[in-house]
Amino acid sequence: MKRTLLLGTRKGFIAYQFKNGNWKSENISFEGIPVSIAYVDPRTNTWWAALDHGHWGVKLHRSNDRGNTWEEVTAPSYPEGAEVKDGVPATTRYIWAMAHGGKKFPYRIWVGTDPGGLFVSEDNGNNFQLVISLWDHPTRKEGWFGGGRDQPGIHSIVVDPRNEERIHIGISCAGVFETTDSGKTWHIRNKGMWADFLPNPDAETGFDPHILIAANSNPDIMWQQNHCSIFRSSDAALSWEDVGQKGGTARFGFAIAVAEDDPDQAWVAPANSDMTRTAIKGALCICRTDDGGKTWKDQRKGLPQENCFDIVYRHALALSGDALAFGTTTGNLFFSPDRGENWQVLNNYLPMVYSVQFAD
Amino acid sequence: MPTVKFTYALKRFFPALKDVPAEGNSFPEIFRELDFHYPGLSKYVLDEQGSLRKHVNIFIDGKMINDRNKLTDPLSVNSEIYIMQALSGG
Repeated sequence: MKRTLLLGTRKGFIAYQFKNGNWKSENISFEGIPVSIAYVDPRTNTWWAALDHGHWGVKLHRSNDRGNTWEEVTAPSYPEGAEVKDGVPATTRYIWAMAHGGKKFPYRIWVGTDPGGLFVSEDNGNNFQLVISLWDHPTRKEGWFGGGRDQPGIHSIVVDPRNEERIHIGISCAGVFETTDSGKTWHIRNKGMWADFLPNPDAETGFDPHILIAANSNPDIMWQQNHCSIFRSSDAALSWEDVGQKGGTARFGFAIAVAEDDPDQAWVAPANSDMTRTAIKGALCICRTDDGGKTWKDQRKGLPQENCFDIVYRHALALSGDALAFGTTTGNLFFSPDRGENWQVLNNYLPMVYSVQFAD
Repeated sequence: MPTVKFTYALKRFFPALKDVPAEGNSFPEIFRELDFHYPGLSKYVLDEQGSLRKHVNIFIDGKMINDRNKLTDPLSVNSEIYIMQALSGG
């Protein structure tokens, strides 16, 4: 298990460190400012904080000394004249995903934004450029729309460690897109997904994968917690299979995690339907499958089982080895040392938690 | 030359920020000068398309500007420009 937890919260960047058998708060930065993503680049152990100032716009900061000092870099910005739709100027409204470019591209960093632009840096974040090929994709202006946010947003960036020019992204609402040439061309990968909110069930885009991940041990196995169910792919997103629990707990939610050593073991953090977005029956539950989504079991030991309203946002469930951690919308932070069998509370008094990630 | 005054809230990000006389007859010129003294300041007030951010206001001689998109409101040499944030959030 990695021994640091980075949290992006509604009131700042928070780091916890595991020492002498306990998690202790190590760093609080940007107090009072919403941090949409707290990200660590594991290649350099650089910490990143994506800020969502209410007044002053989206900002991006990095730290090379575990948050003791931060440097602001120029946040991704849209070129002059870029439009979300005809007559609607495009500006960076939110940073919703960060991913490093892999070993082959040691200075490459990807950033996903609302209103739907993917950005890439080739110099470790000093400068970002909009990926024009995706921005100009023929489906974007008419076939993408807001889900969770007012404008379309890229919340998932999955770089294939076997071929780091191959990237899958998740867009709410558009679906899953794949490039195999570092972003020069894009292919829609929505086959097998369904979306009961769409007027046309056969639409090419408009799907709502809340979060998209790939298994470390076999990146062809991909998982997504979708707005409509849980989907799994065994062919690197060429096709998707609905593996949600029919009539059960594991269906609607935002977050998902997959075991590092087993592509068929995954966790979700279920919530009530999209009508209420609260904990199911007032009880917090994590669900785990050990068989690729054929069956799911509830993991509740140590989690509140009454008077609970918490749900878990899409970036707020993290895994490292046998350990899991998640933060909730009502500021609770939970940790499990044993793949979700037992949970312990790390804090009940945090701000709303947007993201959780393990770091060295 | 116009004088530019700032909300105290911006001093968190630009600790040396002071009221400044700004050479220039238009907002683009003034923001270029402000960026020279306080690199990056204009990006806190304006978005990348040059429009005033949603929760920021600019007053010229006590009057709120009309053109938030292109900032074409006229300035005079003695204008006092005040940049403030909306009192919102929580």
